[in-house]
Amino acid sequence: MTDELSELYQQVILDHSRKPRHFHVLPEANRKAEGNNPLCGDRYTVFLQLEEGVIRDISFQGSGCAISKASASMMADELKGKTVAAARDYFSQYQNMVTTGKMDEEAMGKLCAFAGVHHFPMRVKCAILPWHAMLAGLDGQTSVSTDTH
Amino acid sequence: MTHHLPDWSALREDFPILRQKVHGHPLVYLDNAATSQKPRVVLEALDRFYRHDNSNVHRGIHELSRRATVAFEAARERAAVFLHAREPAEIIFTRGTTEGINLVAHAWGGKNIRSGDTILLTEMEHHSNIVPWQLLAERTGAKLAYVPITGNDGLLELGGLDNLLDNTVKLFAFTHVSNTLGTVNPVADLCARARRRGIVTLVDAAQSAGHRPVDVQEIGCDFLAFSGHKVCGPTGIGVLYGRRELLEGMPPFQGGGDMISSVDYFHSTWKEPPHKFEAGTPDFAAAIGLGVALDYLAAIGCDHIARHDAELAARAMDQLSSLPGLRLFGPRTGHAGVVSFLLQDIHAHDVVTVADQRGVALRGGHHCNQPLMKKLGVESTARASFYFYNTAAEVDVLCETLREIQKFFGA
Repeated sequence: MTDELSELYQQVILDHSRKPRHFHVLPEANRKAEGNNPLCGDRYTVFLQLEEGVIRDISFQGSGCAISKASASMMADELKGKTVAAARDYFSQYQNMVTTGKMDEEAMGKLCAFAGVHHFPMRVKCAILPWHAMLAGLDGQTSVSTDTH
Repeated sequence: MTHHLPDWSALREDFPILRQKVHGHPLVYLDNAATSQKPRVVLEALDRFYRHDNSNVHRGIHELSRRATVAFEAARERAAVFLHAREPAEIIFTRGTTEGINLVAHAWGGKNIRSGDTILLTEMEHHSNIVPWQLLAERTGAKLAYVPITGNDGLLELGGLDNLLDNTVKLFAFTHVSNTLGTVNPVADLCARARRRGIVTLVDAAQSAGHRPVDVQEIGCDFLAFSGHKVCGPTGIGVLYGRRELLEGMPPFQGGGDMISSVDYFHSTWKEPPHKFEAGTPDFAAAIGLGVALDYLAAIGCDHIARHDAELAARAMDQLSSLPGLRLFGPRTGHAGVVSFLLQDIHAHDVVTVADQRGVALRGGHHCNQPLMKKLGVESTARASFYFYNTAAEVDVLCETLREIQKFFGA
């Protein structure tokens, strides 16, 4: 396999796609938004339990490719316990990283695994779909489609 | 029936695009159900037309306009011969299959479909043969009904068809070849059953034209649509065949230049078919390119192409079934050159991304078949689709690549 492929499908990404964390319905959620990529049929629902500007808990459900599923799993890992403001900041940095490949290791931590996605422009939407759903949830929306982004 | 077996490897040389490397590997183009590649004769015809003859059709008196008009109408004649239409007037140039179906839904459907009527489709239709009818049903109060498919082998369940074809059904529209399952439907039988009850038929030939003989007399359909770009022709052009009697009774689809007989400020009259249905400047250059493509295919013989497609599909299905956990969709035998599959838990888009890095172009997704995907209980499939320029060696590369993908994802 090529270097770019190994960079795209890093071990940590394959691991999260096979055994996604936070992969369940969240009964305590007060926000819930669905992200849908009509092009490929990937579809995720992100559940958020927000309390005083903090993401107390976060989970997701749905189906899609290895990249989108691992992205959702690692996003939930990273954002649990973070403030809403921090989550928005993560979103912009993550979006920048998967489109340009430029990473700030200190800020992005484990999420740096997704930097390799930028070699595959057709897959950027996969990596970012769960993040759009999360952001829609923070904004009080119930659904988002990657067609509009 | 053409008698001499084509020299497939010589024909492959007609396609300059195939001689390239993608990500360092020879291109293995297996996305022919999405679009076909173009032979040199078509590329040269387009180039020649734009260099020497380009001018608008049906308008000018000058020499270039005469040449363009003659070439455009000659392409219509070629399409008529290709489909065995009775006359060129039964050939309408469209942008593609989708526009052809929309034309029928608007022009024929708008006049003939009423509240309480039924439009019968099948569960394996492409979105382009579902959504125009949904829009028509919404406008008119008609209902949609579907011929079911059998669970595992993706064939139409025809046992109940005669009951489905009740006296509320006014139109029966179905695909000749499924773009996802590779099923070849018994279109002549379906048309005959509909015709006995006075039901109008439309055949979606997007996947069959240029891949097997398509003879509208033998099929016995009222309408048939296909796309130029899937039959070695340019993009942006397609053909709608319509039986003359039906075309004559239909109002125009779009209004504009070229489709009128006379216009005043409050009333206009229309030309006869086919020009009545071709408002505005058509993509005449593409139509001329399509005419050349149809001649090219006819010289090879669509019966030979069908056999070649089927051989590659059979070879692929045979090799793919040896991969552990591989799920094949569609019929086991009698497959067109379209093979859909899933590799255990590996998502189709991951399969396609990795295959692309090996130069193998596949399609992954719902293939504009979302209701069918739901019926099959999957979100998407990976699909390899073949044409006459593909080789047995390319099928072997596909299978070797899939084996590596399984290893890579540790499935």
